[in-house]
Order: sequence, then C-alpha cells, then structure tokens
Amino acid sequence: MSPPVPPELLTDDVSLLMVLIDTNPYFWSSIKQSFPFSKFLSDVLAFLNATLLLNQLNQVVVIATGYNSCGYVFDSAGLVNARAESCLPELEKFLKNDASMSTEDTVNGVGHSLLSGSLSMALCYIQRIFRSGAGHPQPRILCLHGSPDGPGQYVAVMNAIFSAQRSMVPIDSCVIGAQHSAFLQQASHITGGVYLKPQLLEGLLQNLLTVYATDMHSRNFIQLPKPLGVDFRAS
Amino acid sequence: MQRGTNGEGRKFNGNEEEEEEEEEERNQDAWEKMYADDRSWESLQEDEYGRLRHVDNKALHHAQYRKRLRSASTTRIQKGLIRYLYIVIDLSRAAGEMDYKPSRMVVVARQVEAFIREFFDQNPLSQIGLVILKDGVAQCLTDLGGSPESHIKALLGKLGCSGDASLQNGLDLVHDLLNQIPSYGHREVLILYSALSTCDPGDIMETIQKCKKAKIRCSIIGLSAEVYICKYLCQETGGVYSVALDESHLKESVLEHAPPPPAIAEFAVSNLIKMGFPQRAAEGVISICSCHKEIKVGGGYTCPRCKARVCELPTECCICGLTLVSSPHLARSYHHLFPITPFDDVSPSLKNNPRKLPKSCFGCQQSLLDPGSMSVSCVSCPKCKQHFCLDCDIYIHESLHNCPGCESFKQSHSVVIRVSNGCLYSSGWMSRIHIEKKTLSRKLPKEETLLSLMPGEDNFDDRQCMKDDLCSKPPAALCHPIFLSWGNWEVLKLVICCRVQ
Repeated sequence: MSPPVPPELLTDDVSLLMVLIDTNPYFWSSIKQSFPFSKFLSDVLAFLNATLLLNQLNQVVVIATGYNSCGYVFDSAGLVNARAESCLPELEKFLKNDASMSTEDTVNGVGHSLLSGSLSMALCYIQRIFRSGAGHPQPRILCLHGSPDGPGQYVAVMNAIFSAQRSMVPIDSCVIGAQHSAFLQQASHITGGVYLKPQLLEGLLQNLLTVYATDMHSRNFIQLPKPLGVDFRAS
Repeated sequence: MQRGTNGEGRKFNGNEEEEEEEEEERNQDAWEKMYADDRSWESLQEDEYGRLRHVDNKALHHAQYRKRLRSASTTRIQKGLIRYLYIVIDLSRAAGEMDYKPSRMVVVARQVEAFIREFFDQNPLSQIGLVILKDGVAQCLTDLGGSPESHIKALLGKLGCSGDASLQNGLDLVHDLLNQIPSYGHREVLILYSALSTCDPGDIMETIQKCKKAKIRCSIIGLSAEVYICKYLCQETGGVYSVALDESHLKESVLEHAPPPPAIAEFAVSNLIKMGFPQRAAEGVISICSCHKEIKVGGGYTCPRCKARVCELPTECCICGLTLVSSPHLARSYHHLFPITPFDDVSPSLKNNPRKLPKSCFGCQQSLLDPGSMSVSCVSCPKCKQHFCLDCDIYIHESLHNCPGCESFKQSHSVVIRVSNGCLYSSGWMSRIHIEKKTLSRKLPKEETLLSLMPGEDNFDDRQCMKDDLCSKPPAALCHPIFLSWGNWEVLKLVICCRVQ
C-alpha cells in the first residue's frame, strides 16, 4: 500500500475512476470493420494513463463487463508507477474465462453484457473506499458500453442507480454502440453524470480526454455535452 | 488559615467543602455531560496485557443486523405500497420545552425533515401532508403531495409554539382530509406529540372510533411520558405508540415509520390501478400548467389521457384524475418486490481452513483474511456461492439490493410477465398475458395466482398464457411495469408490463 498521505496533498481533487469496459465478444465482432476492439483498448489505455498522470494520487480501477461474467482486471492502488497496460494479461485471462463459460451455441443479435453486475461490483468497491475514512478520493463511475440494454437487468440496474444516487456517486456513460442506451441515459440523468454517444468512434480518445478526464470540481467550469433527452422507458 | 482550629470550625469548614464539591459536581455536569451522554468508556475493553482497547463491536453489530434481516425475510406479509400519510406535529406550549436541545420543536422539525426524505425514498408512490396542532386547533400546513422540498419548506417557515394541543381536533381534520383519497391507498397518521394532555372540544372516544372505522392507522411518538389516550388510540387503530427517550431514540422511532407497514387485513383488497406515464414535454414549449394555472415554458410533463400539462411527478392529473408517475419512480420500490435472499454464514469447518476460501471479497476486493486472528469473517450468497465481507453484506442488503455475484453470471434470471396488446386507455386493460421465460431458476407461479391477479377480465385467457411461454418479444413500444398494491408478495414478484398508448 502507498504510505499515508499528508492532508495538505489532498487539497487538490483526487479522483477514483471506476471504468467498466464492455467486453461482449458478439458486440465487438459486429463492429470489427469500423472500430476494432484493439483500437478501442488502445484509446482506453491512453485515457487511463492520462488520468493517472493528472494527479499522482488518482486511482483507476477497471472492471470488465463480459457476456457471461464480470471481473476486476486492474487496480492502480498499491502499484508504484502504475501503468494501465499492465491490465492486459489479466484482461486476456478474463476474456478466455468468459468465453469458456458460454453455454449457448448461437446468440440472437449481439446479446447483452452484464452491466448490472459490474455496476454493483463498482459500487461495493466505492463503499469500501468510503469506509477507509476521511480524505478518500472522490469516486466516479465511467461505463464504456456498447451492447444493447438487457431488459432482464432493468430492476438490478435501477437498484444500482438509486444506490449510487444515495451515496452521491456520478455515473458517466459513453455509448459506443449504434443505439442510445436507455439504462445509461437514466443512470447519468439520475446521478448527475455525463451521458455521451460519440458521433465518430475514431475520435473516442479525444472524447474521453476532454469529457471524462475532468474531476468533479472542474466540471463546474467547463461546457459538458448536454443530454438531448432522457428515455424513461423501463426496458 | 488559622492554626489550631476547634472541632466546630472544622465541621463548618467541612460543610463548606461539601457544598463546594456539590457545586463543582454541578459544574462538571455541564462539561462532562458530553462524555456522559457519549458513554465513551463503554467502548473500551482491557486486553490480556492490561492495555485499553477499543471494543470491536463490528461483529456484534453485524450479528444484530443479520438477526433483523432474517426476521424480516421469513415473515411474508402484504405491505401497503401506496400510502397517504399525514404527519401531525404538536406545536403547543409543551413543544417549546428545552429538555431536548435546543428545544423540542426544533428537534422534531429536524427529525421530520429527515423522515420526509427517507419516506419518499422508500415509498416513491406515496404522499405526505402536514398538520400542526396549536392554540387548541388543528391547522393543515400542506396538502397531500409528493414533493419533499415543499413540505420541508412549509414546516420550517411555521416553526413557533403556543397554546394547547388538541388530539381530537387533529384527528378530526385528518379524518376529513383522508376520507377523500381513493380506496386503494393506505391511510396513516403519524403524530409527534409533545404535550401531556389534550384539550378537546368533545368526546375523543367517538373520534377514535371514527378513525378506526375509516381504517386510518394512527401512530404516535410521544416526547414526554406515556399518555393513556395516545396508547389507546394506537391500539384501536393498529398503529404503534412509542415514547422517545432521547434525541437518537426519537430519530430511530420516527424512521421506523418509513418502510411500508403491514396492510390492515380487511382493507387489503388486491386491485389494479390505472396509471399514466407522461412524456417529458420538449424544452421551449409554452403551455399553461394545470397545477399552478400559470404559463410555463418547457420542462413539464403531459398527461397521456387528457394532454394536460403538470409540473412534477408523481401527482394526480388535476383534469382527469389519472395517477401520473414516471418509471424511475416506480423502480424505486422494486426492491420491496424483489428482496434479495440473506447471505449464509460460512461454515466453521471452512472458516478454519482459509485456503479453501477465496482470498478477497467478491464485491469490494477487500481481503477476507482478518490480519489479527488469521480467521475468516465472511458470508456467502446461497445462490451464486460467492463470498462477501461483512461490510459488503450490509451494504448489499440495505442499500444496493442487488447481489453482485448473482448479477455477474448469466444464469440468474427472473420470470418476467409481459402483457402485450394491452392498452391502458382503450376498451380493456389487457388482452393476453405472455410469460417471457429465460433460463428459469425459479418456479413458475401457479395458475390460480395468475388468475387471481385479474379477476373478471373477459379477454384474459389463462390457458393461453401458460402455454404461450415464450413470447417472441415484448411490445416494442413503450413498455412500463405496472404493479401496485394488490395481492400477496408471491404474486408481486412478477413484473407486469403493460403497453401504454
């Protein structure tokens, strides 16, 4: 663990960024011509490294949202000179494991990834940070999501959203897929996060850096993308 | 001091010293009170080397919490989800007493504020109104409404005490107000009573019987001492009577009324309620709002039946009387309908063998190994068999209402019943029920249960619904869950989705 930090160092806003990456293989294979997973990953890794560079006390945790399971793949806490690339072996292990759990032979469309599970895990982790006492970093959740919403997850996702709202954790969302995600629109609307669906995925890194890298205090001073409307549908 | 003082003098001196001591004690009381109230010494314990240590009451706390959880999950009772609650606040002379710091009414106002917020969080479809007792009369401060801010603002603006409190006037007023609400709502009164007496114009026993007949559940929290008439009122109407010991106990007693109470048996008829899910009007549209009768620009909601514009949800449409909600509002009460199972304690044989257990909590990744004792303190979910630390256990059951383990694996699916072709505003409610079945882990409900859901529905074909298990897709258009205060818990576990035009 890192040595205890003197309080004067904590005057600057320290962020805990929980990043939920959609790894649904069916989704990524459906758009591999226009935007391959490798390009997505390299953008995300650059963004994570940038976040870590912004403040030496910033913490980044990556949770993979798979098709059959969810898992932690990276935690920068306790690492000296943490670099996000070091999550790759863990991510590969997770993907293999996730694929091996698959029982269905064919999938209708691109299927749904388990957003409710990774959101719940992220919130549990954030509660642990809250328990660690005063001077904890400011947590926020960023969902990088592509798969369409799974109607069966509605109740669980809403529960997670309300719990995040009660503990004042904003849920930012960046939708990579073709359609808007009603779940994530509601999540960001209710918790006060930013919802964005980039027009061009080639510029994903720029979107990530300009919108999601800013800490909660700085957001008061910048023009963030405004939501066009919130879809309150249930599923 | 003089040398060789005689006995008497010494005695005299002694008396003086005693007096001084008494005075000192009184002085000490003032600054010591903080510690005395805190009872900080009780959380200290001596270890085997004689050092003072903080008592680890985490385990104890957790045990208590699990007991509570178990007792709550074993008793399945019907609960009233749509509540109409009047909070009656005694602002008579007695509320100005200073035994609570700074005064009773300030403390009560603070607790009511916290209660209102908690209440709407737990009962998003319910409404609250405020009534104050002052100068022998009861006065309606706010009408029933769903906005916490307006109630809190009204209460804080009216804080001042005078005169006597009249329980009868309060009950009469509330009775008249609650008589107008629809029959499916649960009528409740929560009285915060500071006075030790009630100054009534007539026979209060008659009023109590009247409330009992109107099925108004009256609960009282006293601030001074137990009063017979209060106890009698609560007994008769099925409410709870408690007397607060101090501020923290008062807070506890008030917040106990936030979760939905058990429904009164003869009153708990299951029924379906018509609800509308308004669209948010586009920004910049100018319209006259039906609730304030003013011209407003953008940001309102449009009633799907009569197209009137309302300012906030949930509410009742002033024109056609339709209950208007939004689906996130409904979703807030889902955790009452889909409670997650309590986690199991890990068996002692496994506990002593930490190698067989995972190293860290599935939820928060905290190490499960207790560094001091080398034993493991964790619980596991009976469904997904993942292990969680005790802190996550509490968080998951009290705030999150999701098991991260079950949500992270594909196999856990609930039964979802969808109603297609059903249209709220056309001829019938619903024409056919489809059961969307995914990898089913739970038993399907029995046919009777489904039937009892919709008695007298002419188009409702139960056989069809059981066979037509896998409806290809839910209706693509607006799909909103509808459930309300019908029936028993078992049935409530199903979400009925109904298409709204």
